[in-house]
Amino acid sequence: MSTPILPTPILEVRDLVMRFGGLTAVDRVSFEAARGEITAVIGPNGAGKTTVFNLITGFYTPSAGEILLHGRDGQRPLHATPGHRIAQAGVARTFQNIRLFPGMTVLENLLVAQHNRLQAATGFGIAAVLGLGGYRAAEREAVERAKHWLEATRLLDRADDAAGSLPYGAQRRLEIARAMCTDPVLLCLDEPAAGLNPRESEELAELIRLIRTGGCSILLIEHDMGVVMNISDHIVVLDHGKKIADGIPAAIRADEKVIAAYLGTGDDDEAPSPAVEGAA
Amino acid sequence: MSGVAVPHEGGVPHNDDGVPDPGEMTGIPRTAAPPPPRPPLAHALRDAGIAALVALGLFIPLVGLRTDVGPSGGGLFIRTRWTDVAIIVGLVFAGRLALNLWESLRPERRAPTARRTALLGRIGLLVAPVLLGFAIALPFLPGTSRYVLDLGILVLTYVMLGWGLNIVVGLAGLLDLGYVAFYAVGAYSYALLSTTVGLSFWICLPLAGLLAAFWGVLLGFPVLRLRGDYLAIVTLAFGEIIRVVLINWVSLTGGPNGISGIPRPSFFGLSFSAGGGPGSFSDFFGLEPSPTHRVVFLYYLILALALLTNWVTLRLRRQPLGRAWEALREDEIACRALGINVTNTKLTAFAIGAMFGGFAGAFFATRQAFVSPESFTFIESAIILAIVVLGGLGSQLGVALAALIMIGGFEAFRDLEEWRMLAFGAAMVVIMVWRPRGMVSTRTPSISLGKRKSISGDLVGEGHG
Amino acid sequence: MAYALQQLINGVALGMIYGLIAVGYTMVYGIIGMINFAHGDIFMVGAFISLISFVLISSGGWAAGPGAILLVLLVSMAVTALYGWSVERVAYRPLRGSFRLAPLISAIGMSIVLQNYVQVAQGARVKPMESIVTGGVELWHGNGFAVSISTMQAMIVIVTLVVLAVFTWLVTRTPLGRAMRACEQDRKMAGLLGIDTDRTISITFVIGAALAAVAGTMYLLRYGVIDFYIGFLAGVKAFTAAVLGGIGSLPGAVLGGLLIGLIETFWSAYFSVQYKDVATFAILVITLIFMPTGLLGRAEVEKV
Repeated sequence: MSTPILPTPILEVRDLVMRFGGLTAVDRVSFEAARGEITAVIGPNGAGKTTVFNLITGFYTPSAGEILLHGRDGQRPLHATPGHRIAQAGVARTFQNIRLFPGMTVLENLLVAQHNRLQAATGFGIAAVLGLGGYRAAEREAVERAKHWLEATRLLDRADDAAGSLPYGAQRRLEIARAMCTDPVLLCLDEPAAGLNPRESEELAELIRLIRTGGCSILLIEHDMGVVMNISDHIVVLDHGKKIADGIPAAIRADEKVIAAYLGTGDDDEAPSPAVEGAA
Repeated sequence: MSGVAVPHEGGVPHNDDGVPDPGEMTGIPRTAAPPPPRPPLAHALRDAGIAALVALGLFIPLVGLRTDVGPSGGGLFIRTRWTDVAIIVGLVFAGRLALNLWESLRPERRAPTARRTALLGRIGLLVAPVLLGFAIALPFLPGTSRYVLDLGILVLTYVMLGWGLNIVVGLAGLLDLGYVAFYAVGAYSYALLSTTVGLSFWICLPLAGLLAAFWGVLLGFPVLRLRGDYLAIVTLAFGEIIRVVLINWVSLTGGPNGISGIPRPSFFGLSFSAGGGPGSFSDFFGLEPSPTHRVVFLYYLILALALLTNWVTLRLRRQPLGRAWEALREDEIACRALGINVTNTKLTAFAIGAMFGGFAGAFFATRQAFVSPESFTFIESAIILAIVVLGGLGSQLGVALAALIMIGGFEAFRDLEEWRMLAFGAAMVVIMVWRPRGMVSTRTPSISLGKRKSISGDLVGEGHG
Repeated sequence: MAYALQQLINGVALGMIYGLIAVGYTMVYGIIGMINFAHGDIFMVGAFISLISFVLISSGGWAAGPGAILLVLLVSMAVTALYGWSVERVAYRPLRGSFRLAPLISAIGMSIVLQNYVQVAQGARVKPMESIVTGGVELWHGNGFAVSISTMQAMIVIVTLVVLAVFTWLVTRTPLGRAMRACEQDRKMAGLLGIDTDRTISITFVIGAALAAVAGTMYLLRYGVIDFYIGFLAGVKAFTAAVLGGIGSLPGAVLGGLLIGLIETFWSAYFSVQYKDVATFAILVITLIFMPTGLLGRAEVEKV
């Protein structure tokens, strides 16, 4: 199964390699994420999914290979862009083990996400300290945007609570809302369904579809096969750092190599992991 | 502080999911272990006995055997002081016994109820205006002597330094053990600019702040990527380097003798000369010349500077920059993922904190009319940091209270001489053990949609640097 | 050449003292992740206990031979260890699991307490002591400059090596050492596996204080004068050594101590005595800028 042919993908990964000392965590991986679609990266534990994510979002620098973002301002080589600039270029992410600002309120979390836009309106901070300029308008706009995403994630009534005091599922949703407040073109979600119950997973899938409808492309790492098969337009399968399959969900479901990798009947002697469905 | 969900006190789960939160599952309490079982009298006695034995071992050599240089100037000889040891050991025994009994007799510690918290919050709202009113009125209150004013100036200087350092440690979460370096830069900037170039205080004050900020950026740039305790020791090292340079660069700084004859500030061009000649403050306003005028003026000057620090900090907290500082304290990696330039954000915190240190330094120089390296030792940094932590990281009111208690208390016991530093250190330990999060541990959100609720200190991060 | 060799000997002897103190910092940091700011003052207390013991012995008419030195060393180690234990019990244990800056402030408070307590108890004046260990061996004579190693320097090196050997055996080969390392890796898990973590931490402080007492005794014998304030600078330098070597690493602490001793000695010998502390700190800063976790520290992998 080949990738769907579209004018320009939002993200191109070409021959990506990442070595940690002697270990090659990602080995010549290439794939594309199509614009306006949900692309999922799946694979057994230790397949290198999170490493790929960290390379795309600039937390690691690749040993070799290219990552190209076709964002608002043309093509951008992410592998040569410092971490905070990647986010400014329009790539937002969430973390496997939620990373909120627990001592700040939900609303503050969302305003921090709009830091660069707000900071630009402050006139080097001086005008803002003195209460001058267009800062007030900018802040009002930022609050409106935050409210929009709070509504979308059903957190509006918790806006003034500390992020750290929210229940687990709400913290997951808040992290997505915070990422969306950076106004990304590509949202990278690292196991967003981990630790959620079936009902919450279903709500999450709904939220992700809503984000796609809004025009943001999505790259997703997920263990929950139910979620992945349900919402993905396209799936990339990694195993032991290599890409073993790439295609639409139906094709992946039927792929021999994928089944082998998950059931551990391949040429490796890894202990068999639980069935594909419900692996969490 | 990872993303572990901690049930908020009184908070009703928004969606009652069946998933237990991981923090609960591990069953590991976030704060201290549960109190030990209540000891009966026999146990209390035995425990106190052990404490007394330990005290005996501790105090026999250092208290019981006092070494003195012999009268002939020869070797050391020993004077025994067994009574003192006996008294101390007795005190330890009695104290430990009392503590044990109190632990076993007092009612179970109750968690603060929502009502009590709200009540404390309302009282807290009153404290700041009352303190401010008192600070403004102090020079005109009956019974305010010159000594009280001087003490007020001292306390306010530390309040200002504490507020300045609070930006770095409390908001941005960067542990700075060398803050006194910027205080020194400010003081020497004013001292040198005024004595050599002859610039007036009002021109030097901003210059001193800018120079200190410049040094903050210069020192901060290479080291701000260091984390935690590495940053702490490097800032400590910078503080010491600056002090050693001040001592040894005799041609510029006067070395250990310092710089004296630093001009006093004027009031819009009116001097505070004791004689009260033409062009002096007393002459212009037709007052009896009095040395108190200058003290009152200095008092209001430092009050204004401190309030400026407070005002700028409070404003910045509500700005993107201030929120980015706090976000940095909470989670640096998340900040990076949101496109915040972590290095620049840290540098601004360092520079702005340094700038206020520089202002305070210039004030110190003009008040003393004399600076020497002795005023800028590590212990000063430690005291300022202690004020910030004892007051409660990030809390402006807490810092002011801590400065008042620690510095005011220290001065109040000046008759105790060498004992008071001992008491000062002990107070630091006791306050930390009593309230590890400082006196004011809650955080006030910088913005809210509805009613502003304060955030429990247990949720607030403490930074990585 | 001869001059440089002499400086090398002097530097190693000084570095050994720093290394002994640095081990205490690094152990405590490794196990509970706090800077024990009072450790330098524990070193000072150790030096005072030794001084008092020496005066007691000489006033008792005992000859100050190797036996006396050994006795003093043991007494000092025992009493100083008790101080180390008490400091942990009073100022740090109640703050266990609390947030990171609280123990640091408590430690700074304890440092102030110890300094001023010794000042009150023993007086602020400098305490001189006539040298007990004298003599030395001339190793080499070149270019009209004699290279010698004094008995004192030899003793410092030998005692330090013996103490460090015993200590290394303790932390690598005994159940106690295993418990300490387990607590270092994961205190909660160690507790769940039945290790008495409080006791292990207490023992860490006791060992650290005993090593500081050895350093204090050596310092007293080498320099012959002490006062209540020697702990601060020695403590800061030793902490610098621990950070330089990579905090948490025991060999790193000794290596860092040696480096600081050598830097200080060589800088004083060839450049200026006044700026020797600046040189030490500047090298620390430069090392950390290029090796952010010190020489032997494990590189911290950023978990995302």
